Amino acid sequence: MRAPPMTTALVSTSTSTSTPTAHRLSELDVLESEAIHIIREVVAEFERPVLLFSGGKDSVVVLHLAAKAFWPGKIPFSLLHVDTGHNFPEVLEFRDKTVAAHGVRLTVAKVEDYIQDGRLVERADGTRNPLQTMPLLDAIAAGRHDAVFGGARRDEDKARAKERILSLRDEFGQWDPRNQRPELWNLYNGRHTVGQHVRAFPISNWTELNVWRYIERENIELPPLYYAHDREVYRRDNMWRAVSPVSPPHADETVELRTVRYRTVGDMSCTGAVDSQAASVADVVREVGVSTITERGATRADDRISEAAMEDRKKEGYF
Amino acid sequence: MTLTIDTRNLDAAAAVSAPEGTLFRFATAGSVDDGKSTLVGRLLHDSKAILADQLEAVTRTSTERGFGGESGGIDFALLTDGLRAEREQGITIDVAYRYFATPARSFILADCPGHVQYTRNMVTGATTADAVIMLIDARKGVLEQTRRHLSVVALLRVPHVIIAVNKIDLLDYSEAAYREVEASVRLVTAELGIAEVLVIPVSALVGDNVVDRSERTPWYDGPSLLELLETLTVIDDLDERGQATEAFRLPVQLVLRPQGAVVVAPELADSYRDYRAYAGQVASGSIKVGDSVSVEPGGGTSTVTGIDFAGVALDEAFAPQSIALRLADDLDIARGAVIAAVDTLPPITRSLEADLFWLDPRPLAPGARVLLKFGTTVVQALISAVTGRLDLTTLAGEPATSLAVNDIGQASIRLSRDLPIERYTQNRRSGAFLVIHPQDGATLAAGIVTAPGEPTRAGDGSGAGSDVSP
Repeated sequence: MRAPPMTTALVSTSTSTSTPTAHRLSELDVLESEAIHIIREVVAEFERPVLLFSGGKDSVVVLHLAAKAFWPGKIPFSLLHVDTGHNFPEVLEFRDKTVAAHGVRLTVAKVEDYIQDGRLVERADGTRNPLQTMPLLDAIAAGRHDAVFGGARRDEDKARAKERILSLRDEFGQWDPRNQRPELWNLYNGRHTVGQHVRAFPISNWTELNVWRYIERENIELPPLYYAHDREVYRRDNMWRAVSPVSPPHADETVELRTVRYRTVGDMSCTGAVDSQAASVADVVREVGVSTITERGATRADDRISEAAMEDRKKEGYF
Repeated sequence: MTLTIDTRNLDAAAAVSAPEGTLFRFATAGSVDDGKSTLVGRLLHDSKAILADQLEAVTRTSTERGFGGESGGIDFALLTDGLRAEREQGITIDVAYRYFATPARSFILADCPGHVQYTRNMVTGATTADAVIMLIDARKGVLEQTRRHLSVVALLRVPHVIIAVNKIDLLDYSEAAYREVEASVRLVTAELGIAEVLVIPVSALVGDNVVDRSERTPWYDGPSLLELLETLTVIDDLDERGQATEAFRLPVQLVLRPQGAVVVAPELADSYRDYRAYAGQVASGSIKVGDSVSVEPGGGTSTVTGIDFAGVALDEAFAPQSIALRLADDLDIARGAVIAAVDTLPPITRSLEADLFWLDPRPLAPGARVLLKFGTTVVQALISAVTGRLDLTTLAGEPATSLAVNDIGQASIRLSRDLPIERYTQNRRSGAFLVIHPQDGATLAAGIVTAPGEPTRAGDGSGAGSDVSP
């Protein structure tokens, strides 16, 4: 992997941020400065922030923004990943490489451990996404984290569209959508009582296209499966699902080799690939720009359970 | 006019904004049944911002509920009502944010519900908005709710106010009926001192003047709603040469002092050993290397020796960039300090008069001890008196001794320490604050400074320093 972003990627932004002629920022520059402001506010006002880091594109972008926020110092918080045990191996490998490059500490909470000792039970449909909530809340409590950064965006889902940038959670991690603090100007109120914590979403206002354009502009490395590659897949729920030990095809499902890429990267048992020839970041930016389907609609089986699938998971403490 | 979910109709190019385009934030508001959700849905649909799977889900639910009529069987409200309770009860509970783009620019839409806690939602949406679209039912004209929303918009000085006179189709596109509503709206906005108001006749249900100009309103020769949104200026207070006009303000978020633990290349590490910079988002104005600055608290002055943006050295920075500023002198600067262009800081004071938008169900009584958050400063404060309340029916001030939820009132406030206090009319960022409950941390009110109190010392100079915030 290339050197940590501090010595290379950051220099590439000089074209868009230095020697401005007018005092006007582009859309990406406005979103970037907004996110850095949020990250710095949380670090200044909380004792023990942590960043949820899966190696997926959104959390990679938040990590990159955190590195920029504190340059030339190190990122002043650690990372947390809830590993379902069904993650793509190449994403885990990327996760560890990235963590090492940034010189930050990563804690991994494993759903598998909870299933092994009986605290959680495998679901009939095999998906482990909803099972992440308990290990997540335990890890937040064990780390005594009072603020938890996430890469969630409001354009992902109707329930997320209503969530605040700083979102207060009770000691059960629950989100109460009907009782949210008003968020005024850029004045974030992080006050909380013992047992409560705050979820902070610095890229709330970014769209999928903003994220990809930023990845392109900043030359940010991602796990390879975000780009077109050949993979053995089969059709289920109108998605291409990867053949893997945790997501085997049924007898009536035909396996074929296709050129695909992933728009979101999560649990192998519920994340689908899309047909794509987009092999470079520029290709992906073009593809996302003209896509007629949302990223979750295209790739997440768990959000198709009901209209309120995300809302229900969030109320229980999901990110 | 019927809608179709045939994705071939989605014009691919329309979904893509220019990469270096501007970002425009606007809020929508209106009374119950004015058709706001329908307008938002129409705007998103006709600007091709609704993707096929979202439209499919909405169409499926609309059909299940037997929704029919002229919109082609689609209940657009389902697009923005994101919570289960909202869909079940057919109401909108909370501000929802939507994102869409046209080739001209990208938009962030804050959809503010009209009936439940209208002040709270309206204030939330309006504080960050470049424009507010206020919906009025053409058949009903200006309602009390319209006046209330407009008074919030006026007090918060939202830069652009658009009035969409909706359901014009139900009045057979009558110009006379529209002109009557337009005249009564302009009467209210004039009374409130809103300088520029743009009024558009629309039908959200059938799409007149929402994205495309309608042939059914030949007597209206202005732009469509979307055309307007694409061309209005963004909040930025720039002059004609594109230069920031407000005085420079940087509320310090934290001090960057890595003390050797740096991420720069090893051969450069030595030169960063004593690195010290003040990180924050420029709240207003611009700053150049070599400029003189004043710092509060403390009243010290210094010169800018460097402006860093994550490893890139800038010659100049401006709002709303998140930067780190290096100064020539080693001043005592911590979170909560404000770095400002020299000779621009207002007098330092321990009291102020403010308008409060009371947002908490618990009423405000005089003598309440609260916290105020100005920029990055949190200060203890005492509400010494409630001096009045806006009668939202007559828009006149009336005497009051307490404020209840959704009230807009005036209060005198004492601070536990000296702060440079600016009027909101002079600086929208520096003159705004939160009122926070000292125990449970709830945001009780949005506040804007109407007048700073008696100066305890002049704004810029070498007066005695006050205590430094943590």
